[in-house]
Amino acid sequence: MSEQSKQFWAGVRAEIPLLIGGFPFGMIYGALAMNAGLPASAAQLMSSIVFAGSAQFITTQLVRESAPGLVIVLTIAVVNLRHMLYSASLAPYLASLSTRWKALLSYLLTDEAYAPSVIHFEKEGITPYGHWFLLGAGLVLWMDWQISTALGIWLGTAIPEFWSLDFALPLTFIAMVVPVLKDRPAIAAALSAGVVALVAYSLPFQLGLIVAAFVGIVIGTVLEGRKSPRGTL
Amino acid sequence: MNIWLVMLVGGLITFGMRFSFIYLFGRFEVPETIRKALHYVPPAVLSAIIFPELFLRDGTLNLSFDNHRLLAGLVAILVAWFSKNILITIIAGMIALLLLQFFL
Repeated sequence: MSEQSKQFWAGVRAEIPLLIGGFPFGMIYGALAMNAGLPASAAQLMSSIVFAGSAQFITTQLVRESAPGLVIVLTIAVVNLRHMLYSASLAPYLASLSTRWKALLSYLLTDEAYAPSVIHFEKEGITPYGHWFLLGAGLVLWMDWQISTALGIWLGTAIPEFWSLDFALPLTFIAMVVPVLKDRPAIAAALSAGVVALVAYSLPFQLGLIVAAFVGIVIGTVLEGRKSPRGTL
Repeated sequence: MNIWLVMLVGGLITFGMRFSFIYLFGRFEVPETIRKALHYVPPAVLSAIIFPELFLRDGTLNLSFDNHRLLAGLVAILVAWFSKNILITIIAGMIALLLLQFFL
């Protein structure tokens, strides 16, 4: 097997638990969109044009409330701000790619594709075919999202809630983040971001998430700077 | 604004934000502090997503034993810490949640 397909399938495999966890969300989105009175075609195409779970949920909510288009667009922008963080975080590993590759991978860059890919990149460093991992993870998630949206549109939310399949999402994030917590700055970054996320949860547009992430990043960076005075000796 | 236009603009903005730094990186010199800071994006962002999922029920803090997701999440964190294995962690957390829902 070529190095490209090895990386691609490793990305697909890493994505599997997130596919399971994401599936009920896609169905719920599809059902909610129909409920809000969106045409089925628009509900389905939003999953490929916007392709961002929480923004799509909020959009259906706003459509139901007949919010003005400008408000919806601004809301989508703010809710998706965290993707700039993902973009910055993955950028060093994708710097040598063509613009076409960069555009394709950016289109596929969701929470669920970002998490396994950044963990993979941090472990392996910059490798010539590492971007195929992100392509594999992003592409299967894209398919998962389209299919689950369609099923939600047709069937409503057919998965019984007590299966708690959606819990696979936070569980996968836990499984990915805990092994990364190797030193005190990383642990402090995670804990502070988590606590701030709780405190700031009620902020509108999911801004609490952004605030929390920034606090965690700053605390981690400052602690690392104090711990290792690089180049001073 | 009609819904198609809203979706198109919303999609373009989302793409633009995802593309932003991936496109710009390598075209500018990136300061060392920023490079360092970027390593803390995964633990910070992922924890900021995880904590509310575990600690909040219907938007309010719930530290009681009724909060099955918190207990199952703690099981998963312990399993992740010792096993460092993604699949084992997810299975353990899922089983913990289903058992808690069933018996508590």
